[in-house]
Amino acid sequence: MRKTIKLADAVAQIPDGATLMIGGFMGVGTPPRLIDETVRQGKRDLTVIANDTARPGAGIGKLIDAKLVARLVVSHIGTNPETQRQMLAGDLAVELSPQGTLIERIRAGGYGLGGVLTQTGLGTVVEEGKQTVEVDGRRFLLEKPLRADFAYICARQADYYGNLTFTLTARNFNPVMAMAADIVIAEPQSIVPTGVIPPDAVMTPAVLVKHLISKERRDG
Amino acid sequence: MDEKVLIAKRVALELKHGDLVNLGIGLPTQVAAYLPEDIEVFFQSENGVVGMLALPEEGLEAEDLTDAGGRPIGALPGAATFDSAMSFGLIRGGHLDLTVLGGLQVDAHGRLANWMVPGRMVPGMGGAMDLVSGAKRVVVAMTHTQKGEPKIVRECTLPLTSTRPVSLIVTELAVIAPSPRGLELRERAPGVSVEAIVSATGAELIVPETVPEMPIGW
Repeated sequence: MRKTIKLADAVAQIPDGATLMIGGFMGVGTPPRLIDETVRQGKRDLTVIANDTARPGAGIGKLIDAKLVARLVVSHIGTNPETQRQMLAGDLAVELSPQGTLIERIRAGGYGLGGVLTQTGLGTVVEEGKQTVEVDGRRFLLEKPLRADFAYICARQADYYGNLTFTLTARNFNPVMAMAADIVIAEPQSIVPTGVIPPDAVMTPAVLVKHLISKERRDG
Repeated sequence: MDEKVLIAKRVALELKHGDLVNLGIGLPTQVAAYLPEDIEVFFQSENGVVGMLALPEEGLEAEDLTDAGGRPIGALPGAATFDSAMSFGLIRGGHLDLTVLGGLQVDAHGRLANWMVPGRMVPGMGGAMDLVSGAKRVVVAMTHTQKGEPKIVRECTLPLTSTRPVSLIVTELAVIAPSPRGLELRERAPGVSVEAIVSATGAELIVPETVPEMPIGW
């Protein structure tokens, strides 16, 4: 079963206005070729769900530089002054979610749950407009699940079926997002024959992965 | 002694053998450098590692092994890596013994504000709200004043990070412990008088008869 697809063809499926989950933390574990191709094809009005927007010129920061993003759901934008500038200018809507809440909202979306009950954010501006729920005398904030049309996943290795492994701190949001999008596009650093990744080492099973970005064959 | 070094040295005394510890970006990161030699702790970085080592040897930086600020780190024998859901499960689920965070304000209720200044700085809360809500102990490491203005105040005027009181405040002047009775002055920095601490503090302090100096002799 071949899942490889050319980079340009994978990105071409994405309509303007789509919602994208993009793995990574400060650019580490963010798929570089998918980001560059999205900029090259000039996708517009994107909603991006991610931990952060890294820095100008790096990772998701490149989508911000190219003004392709209309709405962001993130935990942190402090490292990217351009994101802050576009937000303050009214060109970019930013929803800030505490990082542990953000990842659980994505997990809830991918695991078929109706929401997350957490004490993080209670009594702060994060609570505004949200429902609270009392469980056995303790109050919790109800945070709603997140899903996306597409997920951009950065993996260390994939096998031909699309089983994925991640490495060190480049794992971060990737395997959780791979559960929470309708179409999962993975960009592995290398694609190895099926069987090289032992079943116990698989971090994201192939059934979740729709497309693997193929390597560019070097001539000569 | 540089005031940040003094704060880092005093905070380091709060770390206990076997603790799982998360250090915030900036001043809190310096705490790792002053860990007493006879204790072993595990440092967590919320992007997905326990057992991080502050700096790798030159030439051994791995682009896929970084701290929460995106800087290269190392990993100790026994380190483990995981996804963000587990990382924040460790934080919220009562598995994290101690977090050390910077602060913009702490008020008389022990509540911390450290994630935004409306109209001026909106970086986002990142992991700070989860850390203050979930860690067993929360130590705030910050300078006592900012441009002469007290950072310890009656009521926070900046947006709160959590309504849960922090465990301890360590500054270059004092160690202060929030309690249901108010802010208790526990220690003063070497050579600093109680009067100097009180006048630099914007909230009432509970001052015991004797206030010992911080036990940092080096």
